Amino acid sequence: MPSDLAFDIDCRLRVGDGTRDYQIKSGAVLTSLVGPSGVGKTSLLNCIAGLARAQSGYATVAGQRLFDTSAGQYLPPEARGAGYVFQDARLFPHLRVSANLAYGSKRKQHIGEPHPINPQAIMALLGIDHLLDRWPATLSGGEIRRVAIGRALFARPSFLLLDEPLVSLDQARADEMAGLIADLRDELRLPILHVSHDRAEVERLAGEVIEIA
Amino acid sequence: MLSGAEWEIIRLSLKVSVVAILLTLPLAYGLAWVLARRSFPGRVLLDAMVHLPLVLPPVVTGWLLLLLFGNSGPIGGWMAENLGIGFVFRWTGAALAAAIMALPLMVRAIRLSIEAVDRRLVGAARTLGASRLRAFYTITLPLSLPGIAAGTMLGFARSLGEFGATITFASNIPGETRTLPLAIYSALQVPGTDLAVARLAIVSIVLSLVALILSEWLVRRSALGQAEGTRLHAF
Repeated sequence: MPSDLAFDIDCRLRVGDGTRDYQIKSGAVLTSLVGPSGVGKTSLLNCIAGLARAQSGYATVAGQRLFDTSAGQYLPPEARGAGYVFQDARLFPHLRVSANLAYGSKRKQHIGEPHPINPQAIMALLGIDHLLDRWPATLSGGEIRRVAIGRALFARPSFLLLDEPLVSLDQARADEMAGLIADLRDELRLPILHVSHDRAEVERLAGEVIEIA
Repeated sequence: MLSGAEWEIIRLSLKVSVVAILLTLPLAYGLAWVLARRSFPGRVLLDAMVHLPLVLPPVVTGWLLLLLFGNSGPIGGWMAENLGIGFVFRWTGAALAAAIMALPLMVRAIRLSIEAVDRRLVGAARTLGASRLRAFYTITLPLSLPGIAAGTMLGFARSLGEFGATITFASNIPGETRTLPLAIYSALQVPGTDLAVARLAIVSIVLSLVALILSEWLVRRSALGQAEGTRLHAF
């Protein structure tokens, strides 16, 4: 059931005490979900990545069905090819930056089309080549986030999920990160789903915008 | 300085404790993981069972071991018949008693360190292509290593001092089940052995102190590691 849409999602999630429905149909390379905190944006990303289950519905990303409750279909997270960049980065504290970056490169083939990557080009793009021997605990906030993006890309994902990538960065770092995401959007041609509570951030990235109230 | 017989007691004590701890460690880790990460009916009961040796009089634990692992007990009888392993009056019995007494301490220490491992890191590993198993041995296991080390040392110290369950279950046989505490107790029964008692007691104190200091040091190191982890997640 191939679809031209980068993201074709229609599902119901448990959020807080109730449930919430999400419909996302987007053909753009970069799709931004914007809405206030508490509307379950992160829950939706978790569900697409396979870290949480939807109550009902389906998600198809880059032509691959990730789950479909009506067909009883559910891919485990390791088979989805999601490049998930968490808001809190979640670098592995016991591994150096180089080992964090390499962690996903041992992944078995996932279901989607693995994106061809050039590690040197990505490290140059992210500006992290000088951090390889460092421990995560010694990195600054901006560095942590760039390494987290690198780790996701090194796993050759077939799509990217970015959870509030600019939040808690100072102005200069946020500008830098926005430029970086624009570069990723233009150079990798990888479907990106980006969530944010900040309209200005979303407008700056100029993708398709879907509002969640 | 120490006589041959005393060295023999120390050697036996170390053998009993080392074997007890090494064999218990995988079981203790498995129990700790299940108690930390799984919820299932009977979890509270399992938790209570694991902790039982900590609160029961050791003599009662020894008596229960005798019922279960004695030559006519359900487990002991089967093991003697099919595996040729006997426990009563044997050093293996002393090791089993030491293992059971050390188990709750080991499970507690390891469980705390597994609970301290951020589950979101495991989730991150899964999205990067790791199976449950790979996520376990690349993330959870290494991050809980300080708890394993601390639990091992605590359990080892507890094994070295084990008395009540051992004398009840495996008896007090020189060269076979007479470990340090039992040797001290035996020496105390004979008049005019003050010096022998003092020497064995000093050996016990030194061994226990070394284990305790090592475990304190390891716990401190793990606390430090967790502080770093927290800083990382909070940016």
